[in-house]
Amino acid sequence: MARDLLSFSRPPKTPTHKIPHRMLTDNYKTEDFFDEMFMEEGNVRPHYRKVAARLRELDPSEHRRKQTAVDLAFMRGGVTFTVYNDDQGTERIFPFDLVPRVIPDTEWQRIEKGLIQRITALNLFLHDIYHDQKILKDRVIPPHYILGAKHFRREFMGFNVPKDIYIHICGTDLIRDRQGNYLVLEDNLRCPSGASYMLENRAALKRAFPDLYRSARVHPVDSYAAELRKVLQYVSPPSLASSQPNVVLLTPGVFNSAYFEHAFLARQMGIPIVEGRDLVVRDAHVYMRTTSGLVPVDVIYRRIDDDFLDPTVFRPDSLLGLPGLVHAYRSGNVSLANSIGTGVADDKVVYYFVPQIIKYYLGEDPILPNVDTYLASENKDRLFILENLEKLVVKSANEAGGYGMLMGPWATEEEISTFRDQIRANPRNFIAQHPISLSRHPTWCGNGEGGEFEGRHVDLRPYILYGEQISVTPGGLTRVALRKGSLVVNSSQGGGSKDTWVLNGDA
Amino acid sequence: MSELTIPTAQKPISNRRDSLVMLSRVANSLYWMSRYIERSENIARLLDVNLQLMLDFSDLNDQQLKEHWLPILCSAGDEETFFKLYDKANSETVTEFLTFREENPNSIISCLFTARENARQVRDQISLEMFETLNECYLFLKSKNAREVWQTGAHEFFGEIKKYSHLFQGLTGSTFTRNEGYEFINLGKFLERADKTTRILDIKYHILLPSVADVGGAVDAAQWQAILRSASALEAYRRFHVEDILPKKVAEFLIFSTTFPRSILACMRHLDEDLHRLSGKERREYKSAEERAFGKLLSDLNFLTIEEILDTGLHQFLQKVQSTLDHLDDHIYQEYMYHPPVDLESEIFLQQQQMQQQ
Repeated sequence: MARDLLSFSRPPKTPTHKIPHRMLTDNYKTEDFFDEMFMEEGNVRPHYRKVAARLRELDPSEHRRKQTAVDLAFMRGGVTFTVYNDDQGTERIFPFDLVPRVIPDTEWQRIEKGLIQRITALNLFLHDIYHDQKILKDRVIPPHYILGAKHFRREFMGFNVPKDIYIHICGTDLIRDRQGNYLVLEDNLRCPSGASYMLENRAALKRAFPDLYRSARVHPVDSYAAELRKVLQYVSPPSLASSQPNVVLLTPGVFNSAYFEHAFLARQMGIPIVEGRDLVVRDAHVYMRTTSGLVPVDVIYRRIDDDFLDPTVFRPDSLLGLPGLVHAYRSGNVSLANSIGTGVADDKVVYYFVPQIIKYYLGEDPILPNVDTYLASENKDRLFILENLEKLVVKSANEAGGYGMLMGPWATEEEISTFRDQIRANPRNFIAQHPISLSRHPTWCGNGEGGEFEGRHVDLRPYILYGEQISVTPGGLTRVALRKGSLVVNSSQGGGSKDTWVLNGDA
Repeated sequence: MSELTIPTAQKPISNRRDSLVMLSRVANSLYWMSRYIERSENIARLLDVNLQLMLDFSDLNDQQLKEHWLPILCSAGDEETFFKLYDKANSETVTEFLTFREENPNSIISCLFTARENARQVRDQISLEMFETLNECYLFLKSKNAREVWQTGAHEFFGEIKKYSHLFQGLTGSTFTRNEGYEFINLGKFLERADKTTRILDIKYHILLPSVADVGGAVDAAQWQAILRSASALEAYRRFHVEDILPKKVAEFLIFSTTFPRSILACMRHLDEDLHRLSGKERREYKSAEERAFGKLLSDLNFLTIEEILDTGLHQFLQKVQSTLDHLDDHIYQEYMYHPPVDLESEIFLQQQQMQQQ
């Protein structure tokens, strides 16, 4: 199962500069990790020079003041998520670190190509899976993996989605290994979130470091919402005569932890945000309940999972969805973004096959490789997994947000034995990977004893939109594991985020 | 599913495809957001004025304190809930009840929390500035600081609350699009304001009973001044009348002034305009029985005199205004915000039936 990792974006062999740092590097340790900013202690990578120079000028109290101002602005603006299991309805800000993550242009172009290649192949895969299933007939993927997948929607076999686009919005998680190679960790093809933080982080950073931002020549990200709106309008039902489709954003409601994002995107696009209770289906058409009666809805950007969309078809206990929605969708009277059934392609077992999927549909080698993966349902792999649990990361096939995971090297005996039993009982539901020591990035840890900045692990979630063409917003959301040594970047588990800069050049 | 209910008929279908359509839920939230903010401001003013008034009467006994505070309590809140929580009605208990008790749905804190929750529901509809102001107010009330400010200087605290309301209403005027939503915000504001003015005036109605001869004592003057200040009307009154504060003139001013923006008549004229803009009806044409009753009251106010009102009873008159406004509130809800509920079970049945007919 070993695979040659493509060796791109190795540390550049250009001369670097020793900077006499006051605060940034006095105590900063890169240790045994790939550090985004430093080649080794004191040696700044060329594309970080301006950022490092600016940070060097800053004294800790000034940095602290800027951080406080940003936090307050987020709190006041309600850029928050609701903490579950808390009857106080506490709202927290998603911690934001002021040190931007910087990506040089050439490196980004490669990432962009890789992401476009991947989403193109996955979209072709979904079309095939819901039509002729050639990839299964050709035995590239054993059929049982697909037909038995939790998110495979048998009832949509033969159904044509508008413009043949399944994945309109995609957020792909990338990580870098010890050598700095970018690897795909997972594809989020259902309802990826976080784009609003990408936009808010940029706005906050521009306020905190206006001069640095201007001089660094960074690709802007603000067109994301306009692009998204165009995608949604582009996939309106073919039968619709009007050139002005009514587009809405469907949210589970104000109690959802991502409600801020839903409201934010709706505002940016100028479309109404609706809940299931605002909608009704009559004669296979969706209507919203307005002050002037029922008004038709043509396109729904839904932030509700398949399972909850329509209680007549999926979970009958869902109070979030809309009875009859699937019927209206199947009748071609309303479009959904993303389409129903995309979850089958971000199943972690299917993830294993993505390189083959790319090869099969495009005849190309993947530009962005996967992390080496073992499938618990393959006998040989399963034996290996069960024997090496304490060395591996085990993931459930269909969980997200860092849940349902075993981090072998850090787990207790008890956790390992629980997973061993679960894997034996239901091997289809698990995969395993060698732990990747994610790259690190200098991050403000104002109160730490090791100095003001310490290395923290980061990943990268770029956002890809698929409409008339495929576009990738330059950068994306860099998530950072704020706890020392932690590899978990999810907001629900102590993660924060950074602004991500793609430069207009390589330095 | 033993007995099948047929899904309720829904409101008629319109084929609008413009960006001005407004969800009924949104209309409802905008309306209540606005009402609750106006309400909080009125309570803050009422308490502020009366606390200051009490400074001049330091040696009142329990009974006298109760006589002073009970009408205020009744005008702004619910007596029954109050006596479940407190034994005595005095400055401390009434103020706390009307300011900080979340058990009281009409306390300042409850009003502003509800207003903010409504704003969150329509975050995509209101301007960033409006949301930030309300959110800041919410964060202030949630902080420990709020109680400290209140305990060390109630006047400052109520000043803050009033400022948030003024800021919010000012921002609404300067940042909110003049669309249907604006009418709902205005309806909420003026309906609440008119209602609160009737209640402020009602606090002292017994002084104006025809049988009471000796009006005009020092205590009375102070109390009538307090009434005017409770409605932000003291300076406006002085400029208008340039004479002593006379109970009858105060009542006249707060009911009939066409120039003072918190008088009952001024508020009702605004409401009349907003109702017509919403319904698209010609002037003097009304959409429902409730609107007609409102229109009738409005034209009464155009012709009545304060003497006629006092003859039939100020209290009765104010009650009539309140109930007319109540009915109007109900009409607005039925006409623009209410949709027949969807019964999930019968809805699922209907949709599954339709799926069989492809």
